[in-house]
Amino acid sequence: MLTTQFLLLGAVLFCIGVYGVLARKNAVMVLMSIELILNSVNINLLAFSVRHGSVDGNTFALYVIAIAAAEVGVGLAMVLLIYRNRRTIALDDLSEMKG
Amino acid sequence: MDVLRESNWVLSVGTFLPLVGVIVMLFIPKADEQLHKLVALVTALATLGVGFFTLTQFDFDQAGKLQFFAETEWIKVISSNYTIGLDGMSLPLYFLSMVVTVLVMVYSWNHIPSPGNAKAFLILMLILQTGMAGTFVAQDLILFFVFFELVLLPMYFMIGVWGGEDRQYASLKFFLYTMFGSALMLVGFIALFYQVRGALPEGVEPSFSIPQLAEYGGLIGRSAQIWIFGGMFIGFAVKVPMFPFHTWLPDAHTQAPTQGSVILAAILLKLGTYGFVRIAIPILPEAAKEWAPWIGLLAVIGIIYGALGCLAQTDMKRLIAFSSVAHMGFVMLGISTLTPMGFNAAIFGMVAHGLITGMLFFVAGSVKDRYHTLEIARLGGMLKQMPRLGWILGFCAMASLGLPGLAGFWGEFPAILSAYSPAAGLSEVTFRVYMVIAALGTVLAAAYLLWLFQRIAFGEPKPEFAGESHDDHGHGEHSHDDHGSDIHDVNVFEWIAWTPFLLAIVVFGVYPQLMFKIIDPAVQVALKAFGG
Amino acid sequence: MLAHEMTSEVVASTGWFLEHAWLIPVIPAIAFVLIIFFGKKMPMKGSELGVLSMLSSLVFSGGAAWQWIQRVNSVVDGAHEAVVEGAHHAAPYVQPVIHEWTWWQSGGFHFGIGHHIDGLALTLLVVVAFISSLVQIYSLEYLRGDRRYTHFFAALTLFSAGMLCMVLAPNMVQLILGWEIMGLCSFMLIGHWWEEEANSRAALKAFFTVRVGDMGLLIGTAILFFSANNWTQKNLGVSGFNISGLSAWAMSGEASQSALTWGAVALFIACIGKSGQFPLHTWLPDAMAGPTPVSSLLHSSTMVVAGVFLVARLYPIFWEGMKIGDTNINFIVLIGGITIVIAALLAFVQHDIKKVLAYSTVSQLGYMMMGLGAGAWLPAVFHIFTHAFFKACLFLSAGSVSHSGSHHSFDMKKDMGGLAKKMPITATTWIISTLALAGVFPLAGFFSKDEIIDNVGYGGYNAFMIVGLTGAFLTAAYMTRATYLTFFGEARGAAAGIHHDAHDAHDAHAAVDTHNSHDTHVVDSHDAHADHGPHESPKLITVPLMILAALALTAGLSNATPFGESWERFKKYVEPGSEYVMVGSETADEHGAADEHGAEVVEIAAASMSVASEEKVTKEGCAVVAPEAGMVCYFPTVSHAPFKWSKAALSLIIVALGLVSSWLFCVQYYTRRNKRLVGLTERNKVLRGGYTFLWNKYYLDELYEKVIVRSIAHPIAKAAYWVNQNILDGIVNGAGKVSRRLAGWVYRNIDQRVVDGAVNGSGAAARGTGGALRPVQSGKVNQYGALLFSAAAIGALILVIINT
Repeated sequence: MLTTQFLLLGAVLFCIGVYGVLARKNAVMVLMSIELILNSVNINLLAFSVRHGSVDGNTFALYVIAIAAAEVGVGLAMVLLIYRNRRTIALDDLSEMKG
Repeated sequence: MDVLRESNWVLSVGTFLPLVGVIVMLFIPKADEQLHKLVALVTALATLGVGFFTLTQFDFDQAGKLQFFAETEWIKVISSNYTIGLDGMSLPLYFLSMVVTVLVMVYSWNHIPSPGNAKAFLILMLILQTGMAGTFVAQDLILFFVFFELVLLPMYFMIGVWGGEDRQYASLKFFLYTMFGSALMLVGFIALFYQVRGALPEGVEPSFSIPQLAEYGGLIGRSAQIWIFGGMFIGFAVKVPMFPFHTWLPDAHTQAPTQGSVILAAILLKLGTYGFVRIAIPILPEAAKEWAPWIGLLAVIGIIYGALGCLAQTDMKRLIAFSSVAHMGFVMLGISTLTPMGFNAAIFGMVAHGLITGMLFFVAGSVKDRYHTLEIARLGGMLKQMPRLGWILGFCAMASLGLPGLAGFWGEFPAILSAYSPAAGLSEVTFRVYMVIAALGTVLAAAYLLWLFQRIAFGEPKPEFAGESHDDHGHGEHSHDDHGSDIHDVNVFEWIAWTPFLLAIVVFGVYPQLMFKIIDPAVQVALKAFGG
Repeated sequence: MLAHEMTSEVVASTGWFLEHAWLIPVIPAIAFVLIIFFGKKMPMKGSELGVLSMLSSLVFSGGAAWQWIQRVNSVVDGAHEAVVEGAHHAAPYVQPVIHEWTWWQSGGFHFGIGHHIDGLALTLLVVVAFISSLVQIYSLEYLRGDRRYTHFFAALTLFSAGMLCMVLAPNMVQLILGWEIMGLCSFMLIGHWWEEEANSRAALKAFFTVRVGDMGLLIGTAILFFSANNWTQKNLGVSGFNISGLSAWAMSGEASQSALTWGAVALFIACIGKSGQFPLHTWLPDAMAGPTPVSSLLHSSTMVVAGVFLVARLYPIFWEGMKIGDTNINFIVLIGGITIVIAALLAFVQHDIKKVLAYSTVSQLGYMMMGLGAGAWLPAVFHIFTHAFFKACLFLSAGSVSHSGSHHSFDMKKDMGGLAKKMPITATTWIISTLALAGVFPLAGFFSKDEIIDNVGYGGYNAFMIVGLTGAFLTAAYMTRATYLTFFGEARGAAAGIHHDAHDAHDAHAAVDTHNSHDTHVVDSHDAHADHGPHESPKLITVPLMILAALALTAGLSNATPFGESWERFKKYVEPGSEYVMVGSETADEHGAADEHGAEVVEIAAASMSVASEEKVTKEGCAVVAPEAGMVCYFPTVSHAPFKWSKAALSLIIVALGLVSSWLFCVQYYTRRNKRLVGLTERNKVLRGGYTFLWNKYYLDELYEKVIVRSIAHPIAKAAYWVNQNILDGIVNGAGKVSRRLAGWVYRNIDQRVVDGAVNGSGAAARGTGGALRPVQSGKVNQYGALLFSAAAIGALILVIINT
């Protein structure tokens, strides 16, 4: 079935995304990795939607796209602000949340 | 359940009036201390006025019924209603809470404790008043719980902000300890609700109403009753406090400002014992019978243990705090007999202990103001320097050790008496042993109180304070002397605040029927399940 | 109150004073409040209020006593008329005048406060009011210029209120009220000069020791209440606290024997504490630290007889509980007997005149207890009556000596001697009272003490009769010694005008006082003493002394058994009759309507005289057979020893022996000591010599004393005193110390470590866990992400495992 390939693609994208989130120090790169993860989820949703013959997955994917857009917007704005204040966007330097 | 619904607005007004004062005070700038004191005092007085009105409207011939009964929907989702009412058991305590608040306000007029900030202090006191009064009128478990917990917070801040050197530790201990107890208590309440709901007959709406639960509580299975009672027991026992849950009390009392100690001793401790006589025992009679010998055991251990603790103390305030453990032991012993005589003694004992120990804490506070220490070894010859204060201390010590003719006796003696013959089904031998131990406790009480009195009041003043006595013992001249650099006798604010206490101790001691007449019918209703 | 009328037309008369007897304690109580609030502003500093209130109480008591006598007469005469045949019958029971008002309630039962007036109550009322009045008048002079003059009178007045309240108590709770108020006043008055630690310690000791006994009072009351309540409510309509109810219950034959025994034992423990019986007597000699009027009023004539009074009041309980009629030894008689001897022996080794009197009081209380324990109810009560007069007189004389003769010293050996010439009135009153105490015919003590001894023997308690006779001998001997040391022989120390300050308590009070302007007065008077030496006391002191001495002379005649029945007024008016009484329907009393609480005015209306018609029961009194249904009785039939001069002569000879031998010894020992000293010192120089010479002399003197005063008396007394000081006192002190230590240990180790530790431990545990988890919160987003994904991965893994 074709859907299997879509699911595989989703898994690959997800792994790339996870790798990016964990390994990258640059906040922008982390954000992009998160985008990858979200899109891998979208692909999964669409694949299952086709397999089950319902439109629920499509609906959810649309939602995710919208939210992803908002997330990127907010995330980039924060990164921009952090950059302005600290002249860096390396995540290692931002450990004020340390308990 | 018989209830009287006439003028049912009275209790709500009496309970929530202090909050009106709080709102007014919120709009007054912090710097205007006199105005704050005035508003607070007027509010408290107005509340007391409502209290007096309640007294006049109370139908003393039907003291066994809930009066001024009001019931309104409150939180429908959890079947909790705003149910309030007052009967002979709660009236003395309800009224006492109002009186004590007013007198503490009077005392505060020139005794705002050390970091100052009269606004916050007085606001907390008024909130405390609402919580206390509310607990005594609440006839719905959830409402009761809310008021019960409402009391915690102001007291926590009072100790934590205005307390002594070790206040952080003491306030935290107080808060955590009581919260721990309350948590189990709440679990008990909820379990009780579900259990009763399962057992209700057709057509009866399930609710948290105490009268309803008391009616159907007996339908619950025995083992479930015992477990639920256990939860409530922990919650109330911590508040009482019973041995071995008492260790928060000496710290809290020692560190609390005078006003806090007085309210703590006079009213807050009674919330626990009141919980037993109002909720735990009437609703769960089977479990109460099962638990009673153990409660009695802990009570008499508390009596002896508290007295021994007192004997080991070097600090006056801490000694008085330990004596509370012993006295509440007598109250709990009365309760554990499950007889009308024991319950009467317990409720009388609550009020008497509130008056007497409250007064002792007042005296301790005034001693601290003058000598800046409460270490017994450093004090002495108080009768010589401050004869009036010294004799007031002597009077309170005598009242506290249960001298007949003063209020303390009527809590202690009938409690001992009742232990001779506990309710049917309880072991007589066990309770008679308790009776003998409790009687021994009265001897120890005489020992530590007279020992305290002898060392503080008799003899010559110690050299370090000997030169500071003022020749004129006029009261009033020193009223603005906050520093207390000199040792002076009782001042006018202290007189105003204390006289009602002293009078009440004598009046209830000489003519106890004033209170027994109100308590007795209500107690008999509460003990219906025991055939009392 | 109208007696229920049956066949005869006997009406027990009553009167205003009897019906309003509750005023007797109320007057001093009100006076106490007035003195506290206004005393200092009064011209005589509040003392006039105290004296006035006591005098009016005395008038009321006297009026009540007069009306009681009429009441008894009306009943007895009526009874005589009503008796058809001259058959022997039990003495008629005269209904006490009882009024009760609701005082408190519990479980629907109402408990009262009020008064219960009968012969016993009236005896005590009159005695207390009378002695209180005299002592207060005496104190006007004795404490003049004291810095707490007003307080002193307030406390004395409150004491009288408490005692009167106890005496006329109709129930146990009111009795406890009065009992404890007396204890409080005792504490306040012993510690009157609390600046000195010894005084405050004595006060504490007194209160505490008595309080130990009071445990018994609480427990005994509880036992009796719950055992009797059902019966009394059913049969008499009164509560189980009610004294006449308890009496009737005890005599009913339906009472549980174990409850009676335990109740009686518990109550008797309270009596041991209050009445200074062995082994709780140790507080009483120490209580002499209080001012002398206090010793005279509280610690000899009134308060300490409260224990005896309680036994006499609830006599049926003790009668049945201890089986007084059936056995020839019981707890009460045993304790009484021991006390007589132990205390009398101790009186020999005292230097302090007040301590001699204190031990004498303890010993005499032992007589009363022994009498009660042996069934001699009337002689014991009569001894309360006579003893109050002569013992109060002795104490007040001792006070007079110290006030005017020995410069505030009570040391007989150091500061007294030869005072008879300087203080003739005091010496006379003292000697009269001493003879009365010793039991010399025809003074007061003879008629009471001898009767006790006689009746103890008659009741079958032979061993204790010997104890009583021994006690009589000892009493005569030690009182002679005290008399000799104080009033005869050579003057010593302050009595000779030599002024030494070390022992002078009053000086210390004057010196420390800076507030009170009266102290200058005290200092002045001291100087006056120093100038003039010993002299007679002023009128305010001597007049009460003379009144008391007159009574010590004559009071015994009020129940002079030797002169025949017509002289036995106490027997007629005080001893309750032991006849059966019909339980009447509660007649509505005219005062019931006046009771605004609408509660029952408990009135045991009974058919007092109905018995005359009941042939069966008239034959025998109570406690011989259990009463029939519908009948109760309130007092056991006690036997009275017939008076025989032969027996009286024996005891009189013993007393005379005691007086004479003691006197001879004293003359030899104290006055002619120099002559003997020479002889003894020479002998001792050989044996020891040097510095210990003096000590040896003293030792041999003691040995000598032993030869004169029945050689064994002294070592036993010494031993008893040693036991007293070291073992009994040691146990009290040791118990105090141990409990202090235990308390300290418990506090430190258990309270602070274990119980508190558990609480603190839970807090520490929470903190430790938090600390351990802290590194996880690194603040690094990547690490958070890693955690998140690894957790998700683990979760997924678990899901997969579970689902497959």
